[in-house]
Amino acid sequence: MPSFAIRMDGLPRDFDGLRAVDQVSLEVPKGHIFGFLGPNAAGKTTTIRLLLGLLEPSAGRAEVLGFDTRMEADAIRQRSGALLEHTGLYERLTAEDNLEFHGRIYRMPAAERRSRIQDLLTGIELWDRRREPVGKWSRGMKQKLAVARALLPRPELIFLDEPTAGLDPIAAAALREDLVSLASKDGVTLFLTTHNLSEAEKICTRVGVIRRGVLLAVGSPAELRSRRKGQQVEIVGRGASESLLAELRSLPGVRAVDDQDGRLRIDLETGAEIAPLVSRVVAAGMQVEEVHRGAESLEEAFLAMVREAGEEGQA
Amino acid sequence: MTADIATVLWKEWKEILLFRSRAGRLGNALSMIMLLAVFGIYLPLQSGPEWVTSPLMLAAWAWVPYLLIVGVIADSFAGERERHTLESLLATRLPDRAILIGKIVAATSYGWGVAVASLVLSLITINIAYGSGGLLIFPAPTLLAILGLSLLISTLASSLGVLVSLRASSLQQAQQRLSLSSILLFVLPIFTLQVLPQTIVASLARAAAGADLTTIYAAVGIVLLLLDLALIFAATARFQRARMILD
Repeated sequence: MPSFAIRMDGLPRDFDGLRAVDQVSLEVPKGHIFGFLGPNAAGKTTTIRLLLGLLEPSAGRAEVLGFDTRMEADAIRQRSGALLEHTGLYERLTAEDNLEFHGRIYRMPAAERRSRIQDLLTGIELWDRRREPVGKWSRGMKQKLAVARALLPRPELIFLDEPTAGLDPIAAAALREDLVSLASKDGVTLFLTTHNLSEAEKICTRVGVIRRGVLLAVGSPAELRSRRKGQQVEIVGRGASESLLAELRSLPGVRAVDDQDGRLRIDLETGAEIAPLVSRVVAAGMQVEEVHRGAESLEEAFLAMVREAGEEGQA
Repeated sequence: MTADIATVLWKEWKEILLFRSRAGRLGNALSMIMLLAVFGIYLPLQSGPEWVTSPLMLAAWAWVPYLLIVGVIADSFAGERERHTLESLLATRLPDRAILIGKIVAATSYGWGVAVASLVLSLITINIAYGSGGLLIFPAPTLLAILGLSLLISTLASSLGVLVSLRASSLQQAQQRLSLSSILLFVLPIFTLQVLPQTIVASLARAAAGADLTTIYAAVGIVLLLLDLALIFAATARFQRARMILD
């Protein structure tokens, strides 16, 4: 049995001469929550479509749950669940009928199907509204139902495109808990895309950053943050003047300086020393209260990676 | 495969019965009631006992399923694409053919079902109005021809509709193209007969009158069957997941 739920090896996909996904190679171990992060039009949805066998790669090879995406896509879809860009719910049908249809597609026995539908709808507090056509529902309710639909046949692997989009904070937190429980207790692998980077940081065991079809980095959130550790310093205090900021920007080893309400965030080259920098700030008259080193969030690491890739692309 | 087709059929039937929109629901319900009223009550009352004896009545049963089916089949793929349900459907384990055949069978059974219902209703009407003790019923060859040919016409409408819906860039375009097909299939032959010289029409009528009805039914049936198979084959060739995603 393969230990990887997903393995992509140099997978490109072109559309009319434009490269949507460029030689992406990555591995997602079974039972992990993998967050696929990237700005709009980065290639995230195309990657999911390739992994589900809905699109053929222009070259390269990918395996999902040990099956080749090109030759054995039916077997992949048999064992996977998916919530794609749109909920894909039939709005004239009731919530119960939407799940019933999905359960029938996956050939769940009638008794199991009924009990599972009841459990899932009760879990998302929509059991009492099961006989309503979903077209009348709010976006958040539809999103919860679409997630329930993806979970219904207990797939080994679930693709979720922005699963918490449209959910209120309480529902989003509950869903995150459910997803973590699915992976940790049931061993389900989750491949999700999200623009909510704090969410990715909370629940993903591995993340990949993609921009314009190019995979920039893969690793645990901590690994991605630590790649840039030591390259950033945050100085909290009062009295940072424009001239001080200009002086700091001109120093060797300083890549960028940003003042956010009394918090100076300074990006440094690897190996640049921090102590002389702090001395210079104090000498310039700034009243320093705190100095943090490398306290970068996943969001900051992501933004820096995307920004740097953009600058390299322009150069 | 059969279970998968039944699953698609279950969903399609639910959607056809619920109809896809409020306007569609009203329109479809009205057209179904109108057809039942016209072909099940009004026309039999107007025709009298000839309703069950004249072979020309067969033409009426070609209209019923075709008109009903073109009203719903445009939605099969073009509508699903517009409502963003198609990609989720394609991301499931359902085989391509089960999706395609399920949609064709659902529309066919809907159109043919209403045709058979109006046939039964027309027989009840005729017998109540003109029965006078004896049972008025179609001769066996005509009854078989009505059932068989209306089924083949239903399949023709469904498979043509699915093919048009697969190729259309929008639901509106699919509906327009199917409306045009209705005009071409039914109005054009009538118009052609109107403009043909009377001598040719007369010789055609003589040939039809002299021909064996069973042979004509069989010939029409074979032509329809071949058309149905060709259209289903074309729709199967057109229906490919990767292509559907990119359309």
